[in-house]
Amino acid sequence: MKSIIFRTVAPFLAGLMMLFSIFVLLRGHNEPGGGFIGGLIAVSALAIYGIAHGVETVRRAIFFHPMAIAGAGLFAATVAGLVSIFARVPFMTGLWIYPSVLGVEVPLSTVMLFDTGVYLVVVGAISSIALSLEERGGA
Amino acid sequence: METWFSLLVTFFFTVAIYLLLSKSIIRVLLGVAILGNAVNLLIFTGGRLTRDVPPVIAEGADVLSGPAANALPQALILTAIVISFSFFAFLLVLAWRAYEDLATDNTDEMRVAEPVNEPAPPLGY
Amino acid sequence: MAVSTPAPVDLSAALMLDPASAVEWLVVLPVAWCLAVGALLVMLRRWSGLQPAIALASLTVLVLIDVALLDHVARNGPTTMVMGRWLPPFGIAFTVDLTGALFALVAALVALAAGIFSLADINDSGRRYGFYPLLMLLMAGVSGAFLTGDIFNLYVWFEVLLISSFGLLVLGSERGQIDGTVKYGFLNLVATTLFLVATGFLYAVFGTLNMADIARKADDLRVNAPLMTLVGLYVLAFGMKAAAFPLNFWLPASYHTPRVVVSALFAGLLTKVGIYALIRVTVMLFPIEREELSFVLALVGALTMMVGVLGALAQTDFRRILGYLVVSGIGSMLAGIAIGGPGGIGGAIFYALHSMLVMTGLYFASGIAMRLGADSSIATLAGLYRKHAGFAALTLMLCFAVSGLPPFSGFWPKVMLVKAAIDIGAWWLAAALLLVGFFTMIATGRLFLLAYWRDSAIPQAADGPARLSAAALGPLAALTLLALALGLYPEPLLAMIQSAAAGLAEPSAYLNSVFPAGGPQ
Repeated sequence: MKSIIFRTVAPFLAGLMMLFSIFVLLRGHNEPGGGFIGGLIAVSALAIYGIAHGVETVRRAIFFHPMAIAGAGLFAATVAGLVSIFARVPFMTGLWIYPSVLGVEVPLSTVMLFDTGVYLVVVGAISSIALSLEERGGA
Repeated sequence: METWFSLLVTFFFTVAIYLLLSKSIIRVLLGVAILGNAVNLLIFTGGRLTRDVPPVIAEGADVLSGPAANALPQALILTAIVISFSFFAFLLVLAWRAYEDLATDNTDEMRVAEPVNEPAPPLGY
Repeated sequence: MAVSTPAPVDLSAALMLDPASAVEWLVVLPVAWCLAVGALLVMLRRWSGLQPAIALASLTVLVLIDVALLDHVARNGPTTMVMGRWLPPFGIAFTVDLTGALFALVAALVALAAGIFSLADINDSGRRYGFYPLLMLLMAGVSGAFLTGDIFNLYVWFEVLLISSFGLLVLGSERGQIDGTVKYGFLNLVATTLFLVATGFLYAVFGTLNMADIARKADDLRVNAPLMTLVGLYVLAFGMKAAAFPLNFWLPASYHTPRVVVSALFAGLLTKVGIYALIRVTVMLFPIEREELSFVLALVGALTMMVGVLGALAQTDFRRILGYLVVSGIGSMLAGIAIGGPGGIGGAIFYALHSMLVMTGLYFASGIAMRLGADSSIATLAGLYRKHAGFAALTLMLCFAVSGLPPFSGFWPKVMLVKAAIDIGAWWLAAALLLVGFFTMIATGRLFLLAYWRDSAIPQAADGPARLSAAALGPLAALTLLALALGLYPEPLLAMIQSAAAGLAEPSAYLNSVFPAGGPQ
């Protein structure tokens, strides 16, 4: 993309969207949001960055191969289900711990791990398709 | 309300089937996308429509105060949307590849896997 | 389990409060295991040398898990685990009965054989492309479909196996593969969408998606609800998945294009998932509607058999012949479902298990034949017997097995089906079954005579005896011997299949497993 305005703004916009995607992911437990929609926002950020600066730049920026990210997400989601074997409750039961960090109670749960897994699967799988389509479109 | 939604679903299915019957891959692809939406609307309507009463338990209460909208169809639809979205993305890439490699988007001309004039098998041994 | 506030409402109406026992985990373990290993392999995509070892080890573990599961179910009856402690019908239930456990075990055996065969068939670029992760995810989908007790969840597993099968089909990205995948992809997508349409209607009618709940509510709803329409839609959707005539054309158009090991896996697993789902829905959930539809099913089954075997007779390509034989086998299973009763359903289940083993073996044989003869058309393929007599013998045994000749595994289901057909007075169906067996013998006999027995027209230096690697010959030999063993000593399997068919026809044990002591109404 030639437009200098777009090229200048794109990195900031992508960064902001990334941040927003994580916000949407974390807020998803009790309010609208969650891993799937958060992941889609993150992919749009990567796509915008890719349109502005080329697919190679994006691939370097995310460091891992998109499919490896998706694999890590799937693994996290499966593990989140399997954790409950140690609590003697059925597969996929939500388990919570409340560690205190600097005096603030932080609720952590397998549900959140599962949602993060979904986020990573969506980011990996969809960005893999989006990036390969962008590569073809540019060629 | 349900009647109007049923008619809408019918319309979606009609359009989708019309497009699916086409020979051109890109139209079939559009048909698939519309078919997915038709099914989602169908599930939504099948779960009965209740307006203005979200199934949210009020602060301080333990159970819903009365009849509320059915939340399950939305979960089903979300699953179906995710699946049909990923399928659509895959088939889009596939259609592109097919157009590049086979140089056609007409399904009648896609005869690489099943050639038209194959030699007959040997009759004797 | 940390609960932040003491629960003021009675949780026992919605949640399972007893701790889950270890054996219940066996029900979800095949799926969770395949998913976890598949995800791990996706992450390890760079270490392509490591992938086969991990995949084979975990497929062996999968077989062991399925053996333990089958043993448990055979001893204690159907077992249920509900996700996330929610009581059925609210939670997604995984319920496994004998039918599901048998299918899952044979599927795992087929996958293990394919995993070993892939050592000889999948090269390094195929590994980097992700053959092994896709194989594991395919197995997650297949196992999930066999073990789940929730009809929407069944749809999800169908999609999981479908998307992994897409990835496996285009492995290599040759022109023929793209062509085959286009047809396979679009038609299977339409089939699963039909499945979803039917499930949407079912939810609108029943208000539940749990199979046990559907089975016990169907009797009350039968008077008013359009159950025939529902079952018709399901038969259409699963028939398309299973490649039943007239919806079978995607199968011979695509199954000969991918890598041989992928064809073998698909022939062994995918259409049988459709048959399994058809058995589950028509026999267990809607038995009366199955009775009503039995003539249609019988007609479709007979036509599928005939179209399949006539297609096999008309083809010259080794793998396309096999593709049509897969279709022909599906017809026999449909005939069994149409006949019903312990003989018909048991015959259909036995035929499906036999077909999973034998068709996978035959596709392996086609791969080895293509390697030895450097061609896949039986017009030019010749002299394989001289190249490797042992391989030719194994193929001949599989040809006999697929034609239903004793002493191989194809014989007993044929006997059961023909006997069941005669018992209900459907002479024409019995005649069709026998005629198709005869035609299959001609088709496979022609294949064997031309490709194996006939001497090459032009003698070549390479016509002498050839050596085959253990990775190629081992799985073929194992599957053939399994087919032979099931033919010689079928009693244990027959006993299991009979009680599986009885459990489907009279699902009270299945219902009790999901709703102990009646459960919530």
